[in-house]
Amino acid sequence: MAIVYRRSKGLTDVETHYCPGCTHGIIHRLVAETLEELGVLGKTIGVAPVGCSVFAYDYFNCDMQEAAHGRAPAVATGIKRVLPDKVVFTYQGDGDLAAIGTGEITHAAMRGENITTIFVNNAIYGMTGGQMAPTTLVGQRATTAPLGRDKSHAGSPIRIAEMLATLDGAAYIERVTVTSPANVMKAKRAIKKAFELQLEGRGFTMIEVLSTCPTNWGLTPVKALEWLNENMIPVFPLGVYKDITKKEA
Amino acid sequence: MAKELWKGNEAIAEAAIRAGCRCYFGYPITPQSEIPEYMSLHMPKVGGVFLQSESEIAAINMVYGASGAGARVMTSSSSPGVSLKQEGISYMCGAELPGVIVNVMRGGPGLGTIQPAQGDYFQATRGGGNGDYRLIVFAPANIQEVVDLMQEAFELADQYRMPVMMLLDGMIGQMMEPIEWKKPPVSPDDLPEKPWATTGTKEGRAPNIINSLFIDPEACNVHNKRLEEKYRRVIESEQRYETNDTDGAEVIFVAYGTPARLARAAAGLLEKEGIKAGVFRPVTVWPYPYEALHEVSLQDSVKAIVTVEMSTGQMVDDVRIGVNGVKPVSFIGQAGGVIPTPREVANAALKALGR
Amino acid sequence: MAYHEIIVAGFGGQGVMSIGTTMAETAMAQGLNVSWLPSYGPEMRGGTANCNVVIADTEIISPIVLEPSELIAMNQPSLDKFEPAVKPGGLILVNQSIVERKVQRDDVQAIYVPSLEIASELGNMRVANMTMLGAYIEATKYLKFETVVDILRNIFTGKKAHLVELNEVALQRGADCVNR
Repeated sequence: MAIVYRRSKGLTDVETHYCPGCTHGIIHRLVAETLEELGVLGKTIGVAPVGCSVFAYDYFNCDMQEAAHGRAPAVATGIKRVLPDKVVFTYQGDGDLAAIGTGEITHAAMRGENITTIFVNNAIYGMTGGQMAPTTLVGQRATTAPLGRDKSHAGSPIRIAEMLATLDGAAYIERVTVTSPANVMKAKRAIKKAFELQLEGRGFTMIEVLSTCPTNWGLTPVKALEWLNENMIPVFPLGVYKDITKKEA
Repeated sequence: MAKELWKGNEAIAEAAIRAGCRCYFGYPITPQSEIPEYMSLHMPKVGGVFLQSESEIAAINMVYGASGAGARVMTSSSSPGVSLKQEGISYMCGAELPGVIVNVMRGGPGLGTIQPAQGDYFQATRGGGNGDYRLIVFAPANIQEVVDLMQEAFELADQYRMPVMMLLDGMIGQMMEPIEWKKPPVSPDDLPEKPWATTGTKEGRAPNIINSLFIDPEACNVHNKRLEEKYRRVIESEQRYETNDTDGAEVIFVAYGTPARLARAAAGLLEKEGIKAGVFRPVTVWPYPYEALHEVSLQDSVKAIVTVEMSTGQMVDDVRIGVNGVKPVSFIGQAGGVIPTPREVANAALKALGR
Repeated sequence: MAYHEIIVAGFGGQGVMSIGTTMAETAMAQGLNVSWLPSYGPEMRGGTANCNVVIADTEIISPIVLEPSELIAMNQPSLDKFEPAVKPGGLILVNQSIVERKVQRDDVQAIYVPSLEIASELGNMRVANMTMLGAYIEATKYLKFETVVDILRNIFTGKKAHLVELNEVALQRGADCVNR
């Protein structure tokens, strides 16, 4: 019997702790497949964040470092400056990257740090129980915004991809999602391109992946995918925000 | 070997390079900015990494990453900046990462002053970050000692897999003294392997993980007990101190860093007045040389122990633990960048002796 | 020899720090123990600057100078501030060009050096500080002129090598102000 689907070599056999219907699993797989296909698993060092993906160091089958909350880009900078020939990536959520770690991600991008960031944006703090994130939509309920995010009180969602795309050090920035097979394929292509550019030494690359949180959104997995498509994408439009290879073409 | 005149901050940077450190991350702050300035010029010359970070927080986390990747790495700052590094220092201790952190202390709290002070003693020796952890803390009193200890700092950091702090004050950072480079420079190529470092599996071994998270309480307890056992070994093996004229002294000053020099000047004044005074100087303030201090205090000749600090009294707690009630302990100090004068210090001794 | 505790003080930009470092380098080259401690911070940027230099053939205990055996006052505020602190029997060197008053104490030796006038005659205002150093060396007689010149040769190299001779003349002109 032919094997048509197996666990990527880029993942360990540790069972993940993610909630049913959460898209972290898909995104992990896309990153793992990419590292495997590029043949770089043995020379990759990943940096895990604080948040839902805090245990990512147990799931990726490569050397890993666990960073303090928000500091993954600084940790990755330290690694990459010491080991410039290795592949270095950070895997961060929106609380980690877009709130407490805004300084670190911005300056890593500004320096054109030759690392890849996978930014998983689900518009909520998942691990700590559904508190408001900087990416939470206006009107969206959270445990620290029980009546919904009030713009006059807590501002509007931060758009990281657009923001970082303004920096000269950013080589490739794309926002994708994984709500359909077609979107998953697109996300895979984006992630692969980011790592390929890192291998070419082109500078900072980030793929923002819009992701679901059925548990904290209070929706079934299927409804959560629909909610993402209908509510998040209008606020966080998909697309390429920076591509230095385009200028050359 | 010929003596060379070096400024403290530049000497510590050069000593790091000579100790095989090839990686520096830091952020400017007075009175230690000569360290990143020196590194920015000289690290590239030896093929090393210098990077000015966006914050102290980023700098210590770059140190974390680089150390985890196997590099001999350091950062430096002064008091308010070292406060910002406490998070990363706690994580390094938790993840058992070596590294050297230089604190050229200035007055606090808050922005305080840029002049020399010693108000960060508790932070350095008790841990300013969260959790049960310790740092080896060296407190040199002159620039020769600064450069001599720097190599040892890196060696101990690697040996015990823990951060080591060089605790200076602004005066030692800014002053110049003649030094000799006593030890031959260390080549990074000659350093021991770090099989635990994240340098890539080459698909030939299980992944290495640098981590301070132990979510299961039992596992976290075991981790803490293991750290405790390591710290016990450090306490047993790494206490350093110096004594000057303590044998048969009537009064003993206890001081580290700059105040130890003032205390020796005060002892000179007292000698002229017919009082024999000695100085006990901890070179490591963690682990603290409690037993040695206790032994010195037990002498029949000793009537008073006087602690001298550029703070309102922090190390005096450790002096009391060491002396353990066998002799009266008193304190003289100035804070906020004011340096106690030898006369003030001598007078404190006279008062302690009831004269 | 005596235990020399020196304060060099003046405005930022008058070469106060380099008088101190040149002294320290010279003393070290002569096998003496030295320490050099600068004032630092905002006051250096345009305000007053000073450095403490200790030179001795015995161990240097504290690098902080509270009661100088010698004071080099490059401006009036420095003289005002430090004159009372000088040890009885000590020495005060005054930059006569911009200090309008005389030393008021009669238990110290005072020497006046018209540093700017000399520098102007030599055609380079930047050597004014060297005239003060020259006077110090002549008055205290423990640092050697030839050692200072060796130190200057290490400082001024390449395109600046011609400055050694100019500085040497400035040192000598300063020395001439002693016992005048």
